[in-house]
Amino acid sequence: MFSAMFGEAWRAMGANRLRTFLTMLGMVIGVGAVVLMMAIGQGAEDSVKKSISAMGSNLFIVLSGPPSSGGARSASGNAATLNVKDANAMTDLDGVIAVAPLSMGNAQVIYAGNNWNTAILGTSPSYLDIRSWNLIDGYAFGVSDMRSATRVALIGTTTAHSLFGDDVDPIGKTIRIKASPFTIIGILESKGQSLDGRDQDDTIIVPLPTAQRKIFGNQIPGSVRQILVQAESDKVMGMVEDNLNSLLKQRHNIREGAEQDFSVRNLTALANSAAETTKTMSLLLGAIASVSLLVGGIGIMNIMLVSVTERTREIGIRMAIGARERDILLQFLLEAVVISIVGCLIGIALGVGGAILVNKLTQASIIISLNAITLAFSVATAVGVFFGFYPAKKAAKLNPIEALRF
Amino acid sequence: MTTLPSKNVISVSHLYKEYYTDAGTFSVLKDVNIDIEAGDFVAIMGPSGSGKSTFMNILGCLDKPTKGDYFLDSQTVASLENEALANLRNKTIGFVFQGFNLLARSSLVDNVALPLVYSGVDKEDRTARALKLLEKVGLAKHSASRPNQISGGQQQRVAIARALINNPRLILADEPTGNLDTTTSHEIMMLFNELNQDGITVVLVTHEQDIADHASRQIKFVDGRIVEDVRTKTIHSQELR
Repeated sequence: MFSAMFGEAWRAMGANRLRTFLTMLGMVIGVGAVVLMMAIGQGAEDSVKKSISAMGSNLFIVLSGPPSSGGARSASGNAATLNVKDANAMTDLDGVIAVAPLSMGNAQVIYAGNNWNTAILGTSPSYLDIRSWNLIDGYAFGVSDMRSATRVALIGTTTAHSLFGDDVDPIGKTIRIKASPFTIIGILESKGQSLDGRDQDDTIIVPLPTAQRKIFGNQIPGSVRQILVQAESDKVMGMVEDNLNSLLKQRHNIREGAEQDFSVRNLTALANSAAETTKTMSLLLGAIASVSLLVGGIGIMNIMLVSVTERTREIGIRMAIGARERDILLQFLLEAVVISIVGCLIGIALGVGGAILVNKLTQASIIISLNAITLAFSVATAVGVFFGFYPAKKAAKLNPIEALRF
Repeated sequence: MTTLPSKNVISVSHLYKEYYTDAGTFSVLKDVNIDIEAGDFVAIMGPSGSGKSTFMNILGCLDKPTKGDYFLDSQTVASLENEALANLRNKTIGFVFQGFNLLARSSLVDNVALPLVYSGVDKEDRTARALKLLEKVGLAKHSASRPNQISGGQQQRVAIARALINNPRLILADEPTGNLDTTTSHEIMMLFNELNQDGITVVLVTHEQDIADHASRQIKFVDGRIVEDVRTKTIHSQELR
């Protein structure tokens, strides 16, 4: 029974190929757009998520300078009002598990004939732990390197590649940063792009005292512009933020209500809001694409209505020889569903193909998930049933006598 | 409702059919009473607009009477739901139309087998039974053709084969020879005669006297009423007794 009806549906579609194809095209475009948009959206979401987990979790960054602008002031982090002692004091706060003072700038790096301008980061050994940044080779510097300001460096993969090429092992080599020689003791694993699109592997990390004395020079010893603080868990973030504020106010002798010379930012919250944004974007893309799916469904309904009118006599004949209302209903519903499912399959193929093409052309990351395809497929089937139902019902409700006279 | 003797395939009493239009009410059938015995061969005649086609549609369960009783095989039909009517059309009645009413896109064998799709018979069985009937009407070698590839007379034979597929007790034919030439008409009537001899009750509408002469009983409709009811031959099955 069902297979006979399926055959009927197939034959009816074949009877008017161009029309069937055009009707299907609406579905093809709709499903194709949904699959493509979801692949791009999910790809973007995924790359943001990767950047966030590369950043480290439950992070605060304490910046020197006031939190809000007013009048002419230099940007946050420019005036070095924080220092290493602040950082050390933070270590004792409840809920804080790691603190890393940061001092950064760009500098020219030279090895043999190669010259490269890269980001230099002076920090403490806990920085690598906070960012869960591993070494692929060599070892990290320790507390003794901080104390004696040794000239050792960890190198990012991009910088390593630029200075040493592929053939030379950087470990143990001496490079010059500004005028000072540094020995490379470790190679950092690749972190990829940060949320703001910077290449995080184009960097060199050195002990903070060394950086301040040998690279950045002429600063108040021990002063830093940024301190990275990691809280123990998501739950204590609020408490840690309050504690950081009151500790620094006390240490910097800032009275209640007076302007602060520092600001505490919740990096994790910022990152999460970036993730939310991409998620919204990808939802929006999907929603826009879904509209074309809806339009495709309306196209199916339109053609099915025409088809029911054209085939009124056929419906009358079928009824005269014993077709029940539900047989007629099923026949036309099946036709609508077959059109939308075939259109959907072609649409999935085109959507996946399009996503791969986008990936090849723009390097944008895409994710083709089975979920998205299943979703597109079930929505397309539902659209077929939904928009096929009214015409099918109309056919089934025809009066056999009137249908036969048609 | 009384149970009628099973001798009557059709029993109609005080049947009325009215149509309501903006211009007013039209009475198409007025107090029609008739019993048709099993195995009879009845020709219904009358001028256009006399209500004979409407009467056939009611007999064929395609239309419902406004009032009155219709017993088909001792079962009351007038009050049945659409689904039950569809089942009667499918299994108890075989309908043959003036315009053949075959599905243009389907092969002859599929056309003949179509009622079986709605009675839930599987594909192999359907095809086997349809081929057998095509053989009976002499069109076995055309089984894969489409209706537009054969003549009108042949199309009507296919339609008759389709009407026979569920072994109905009753064949209703609404001007089955109306679109055919004289020779072909008589060939088709011979086929109806054969079916009647096999014990199937045949009721047909015609307005040609020589076609009606093939039947055993002639009924004449004028203006929605039966004005003449003549038995011209004995019922075949009774002859044998």
